[in-house]
Amino acid sequence: MSLSLDDVKRVANLARIEISEDEARKALIQLSGIFDLIEQMQAVDTSAITPMSHAQDVMQRLRADAVTEIDQRELFQSVAPQVEAGLYLVPKVIE
Amino acid sequence: MLNASLKQLSAMLAARKISSVELTSEFLKRSRALNPEYNAFITLDERTSLAQAQAADILIGSGRGQPLTGIPIAQKDIFCTKGWLTTCGSKMLSNFISPYDAHVIGRFNAVGAVNIGKTNMDEFAMGSSNETSFYGPVKNPWDTAAVPGGSSGGSACAVAARMAPAATGTDTGGSIRQPAALCGISGLKPTYGLVSRYGMVAFASSLDQGGPMAKSAEDLALMLNVMAGFDARDSTSLEREPEDYTRDLEKPLDGLRIGLPKEYFVKEIDEDVARAVEAAIGQYRKLGAETVEVSLPNTKLSVPVYYVLAPAEASSNLSRFDGVRYGYRAPDYLDLNDMYRKTRAQGFGSEVKRRILIGTYVLSHGYYDAYYIQAQKLRRLMAQDFAEAFKQCDVIMGPTSPTVAFDLGERSSDPVQMYLSDAYTIAVNLAGLPAMSIPVGFGHKNRPVGLHIIGNYFAEAQMLNVAHQYQLESDWHTRMPKE
Repeated sequence: MSLSLDDVKRVANLARIEISEDEARKALIQLSGIFDLIEQMQAVDTSAITPMSHAQDVMQRLRADAVTEIDQRELFQSVAPQVEAGLYLVPKVIE
Repeated sequence: MLNASLKQLSAMLAARKISSVELTSEFLKRSRALNPEYNAFITLDERTSLAQAQAADILIGSGRGQPLTGIPIAQKDIFCTKGWLTTCGSKMLSNFISPYDAHVIGRFNAVGAVNIGKTNMDEFAMGSSNETSFYGPVKNPWDTAAVPGGSSGGSACAVAARMAPAATGTDTGGSIRQPAALCGISGLKPTYGLVSRYGMVAFASSLDQGGPMAKSAEDLALMLNVMAGFDARDSTSLEREPEDYTRDLEKPLDGLRIGLPKEYFVKEIDEDVARAVEAAIGQYRKLGAETVEVSLPNTKLSVPVYYVLAPAEASSNLSRFDGVRYGYRAPDYLDLNDMYRKTRAQGFGSEVKRRILIGTYVLSHGYYDAYYIQAQKLRRLMAQDFAEAFKQCDVIMGPTSPTVAFDLGERSSDPVQMYLSDAYTIAVNLAGLPAMSIPVGFGHKNRPVGLHIIGNYFAEAQMLNVAHQYQLESDWHTRMPKE
């Protein structure tokens, strides 16, 4: 399959990355090269194989449902772009 | 002293022949002097480093010193370090003073090691040449026209140029081993789950693993003793009894079975690299090892599989960089969505954006099974290939990289060529196995060659033994680049 310019723009939008027409064209060429490489995977019949999602076949650990974190709001918000009265500020979403 | 092993430095500190303040000052002075040329460090902070050294001297004076107490260690800038700028090589985090310590940093602090600075790296660890760093490329100290490898290029350069006695790195597809090879040092990627990922900026979580970079296998063992260990804050950290990774260093290699995958010794390897690797394998035969041919039939698929899985995981992990809670935010925007789009367009470099786009695409509706699931199935095949091979051998050897260090700019415009330079290292991450690189000579333009040693799960002590016995009989690891 081949990638189209619209695919690149659609994916950039899904990834929330602004992309200019010029950048999209450049990305299309490079991504097409990478997908040519990736297409090699399709030559192998894997119908009988279980996907391996992780490096170790271990169960995720469970822990007690207890509060372990302490309140460090001030410290954590000290590195935020914009805060006010203990809240993170973002552009208005609802009028 | 610049070339002293960690064991020697530790003995000098314990005998009070030198203080940690003196040792740290010496390496800081050298780092300050060389950094304008090599660009190995993003941050040096003399005052904090020397305060840690002072504290270490008190610890040693009171008889509570441990093997790495008072020794300066360079930390890859991917490890969150409380009070230090932690950039991950990105504009996105160029203003991020970490409010907490990564587990690995905490372990070094607990034994009183000194943080000598934060090392340069490919942006978000995505790269094989250190050229994707927002802070500019690192130079290879053996030849400043060459790349140091990546992504842990700053750490590899710092150790090779003797700006620090040892360093930390992380390895998602070869990011410890390839720069170690290209800079002529030793580097180890542990079994997945051995070193906690807590506070290590995430790239591809099912592949990322922290590990040590140093001059010798013996130094790596001492570093790993500090770095490895269970951490409940990393959901994939393995609960295991602590090990002493130095315990088997002195074992003779009689009867060691070295597997040589026939797929690794092919025409794609440069002749200079093949020659140095074959000489090293010859040396192993003299040390009592035997070699057997093994097969890893799906080797060729490792690069395509990796460039589906790693970007997929990255696109998810990097969605956290939204300009809201920390890091960069675009100065001008219309609304929330525009703020996200502009922040991410301006904050990420081109390689990171490229991988986010690949990852978003392969995870998107209609393509998930064809790409992501297919890649996960092939990942299992590759892990099975290794399991089969390890029935016939104890360790697997080959070249770490098919070429010596390439020139700066040589591959940066062609991502596919860059990706193929990691062909030997990537399969190891997919399988979750431990592997290391040690220096075994020099090739074209007197640039270093690395030998790749792959072990079975949790075979770190054995691999370190295998590397150490070679280093007892060779001096490649003691060679220093000219300034």
